[in-house]
Amino acid sequence: MNTYEIVTHSEKETMTIAETIANLLQRGDVLTLDGNLGTGKTTFTKGLAKGLQIKRAVTSPTFTIVKEYTGTLPLYHMDAYRLENSDEDIGFDEYFYGNGICVVEWAQFIEEYLPENRLQITLTFLNQDDRKITFQATTEHFSNVINKLKNAKLK
Amino acid sequence: MNEENIILAIETSCDETAAAVIKNGTEILSNIVSTQIDSHKRFGGVVPEIASRHHVQQITIVLEEAFEQAKVTWDEIDAIAVTEGPGLVGALLIGVNAAKALAFVKEKPLIGVHHIAGHIYANRLQQEFEFPLLALIVSGGHTELVLMKEHGTYELIGETLDDAAGEAFDKVARTLRLPYPGGPHIDRLAHEGIAHIPFPRAWLEKGSYDFSFSGLKSAVINYVHNVQQRGDKVIVEDVAASFQASVVEVLTEKTFRAAIENGVNQVIVAGGVAANKGLRTSLKDRFQETKIPLFIPPIHLCTDNAAMIGAAASILFNEQKFSQWDLNGKPSLLLT
Repeated sequence: MNTYEIVTHSEKETMTIAETIANLLQRGDVLTLDGNLGTGKTTFTKGLAKGLQIKRAVTSPTFTIVKEYTGTLPLYHMDAYRLENSDEDIGFDEYFYGNGICVVEWAQFIEEYLPENRLQITLTFLNQDDRKITFQATTEHFSNVINKLKNAKLK
Repeated sequence: MNEENIILAIETSCDETAAAVIKNGTEILSNIVSTQIDSHKRFGGVVPEIASRHHVQQITIVLEEAFEQAKVTWDEIDAIAVTEGPGLVGALLIGVNAAKALAFVKEKPLIGVHHIAGHIYANRLQQEFEFPLLALIVSGGHTELVLMKEHGTYELIGETLDDAAGEAFDKVARTLRLPYPGGPHIDRLAHEGIAHIPFPRAWLEKGSYDFSFSGLKSAVINYVHNVQQRGDKVIVEDVAASFQASVVEVLTEKTFRAAIENGVNQVIVAGGVAANKGLRTSLKDRFQETKIPLFIPPIHLCTDNAAMIGAAASILFNEQKFSQWDLNGKPSLLLT
């Protein structure tokens, strides 16, 4: 499994990394985002949305579970926060095997329903501004995404 | 056109299964809400599939009850209204399909209503609107300022850029290990604590009516984390009071400024967070000095209900804006 760790020092840096990744993705890609409250999962998604040239403000999907956005590719922003301790299949498959990019916050709560092919992203709180972002690729495609990210010159 | 109308309304966008019968958009003949909160407490949140299943179980019971209490016959019902979005798709579909089935069988027109339009029109069950009007909608999923110049037109002048106010309450409550739903617990503890912790106020760029509560949420988490790292005890009451003070101040000041700058004749508040005592007091105090009347409906009309959907539908009925048979649950429906 190809793994890559990077430390960011601001929300802006986290967004820039996400924006870079957005340009390396293709239809049907699933990204999972895990990390405690306030580690920057929604910030990361805002970066992805920027990379996909989505104009609308990306807001937390906690309440509605899924929010859909239209950009160069459709973005399905999902949040399993409210599904903790639930073993329900709530029909995520239509999104996971659909035509857009899926990003799932609090993915650990729906582990058994996640597709095997995915880019796993974990955000870890280091201090007020610093976050460790860990990328784990389960497929060759995502392994390539990680390699390209490593070589990308981040602004 | 302003003919008399009686509307049967259904609301199932989140965790409440609700039905109501409303006359002329202003008079409640019945208003039944089957609260599902007990089953959600176990899960610390709204579980969509569970919500859908409960809606299925309860929709007929709630409809029958609404019908019985209203003491109307099918002949007297002019239309059937239902929340078409935004909300949880599985939950919305129960209401939409119930409404469609009834409209089809009873040969009544069908009216799809935006959930937020409903929250705004909940106020019209209390007093007539005076335009231009400013509405502050604050709930678990929404934080919006809507300007209305006439019936049925909505201009979104401010909204949250990240978390909704109610969501921030729930997530801070979780950080403080308080039970779900967190809002009432924070409100209660806030009145026992001192708001001395300088949590940030997100005013955003000058003149903006938008909101942001994500940074505040992070600041609370950081604060709790730092206190625990030092080995000190977190004074939950003080954290609650300081957090609530920040949310309330931003909501109050932005609403006040939007009201003044847009020269409105009425300010109304809606949504579940309107139940917050701190917010109610702060808004009342702020608007007391002005000549602008402020209305906050009673709690049972602030939280999700079907009476508000019937009230909003009455306007659409008068304008003959009916939905077709392809009416569907739209999770991300925009207010236009």
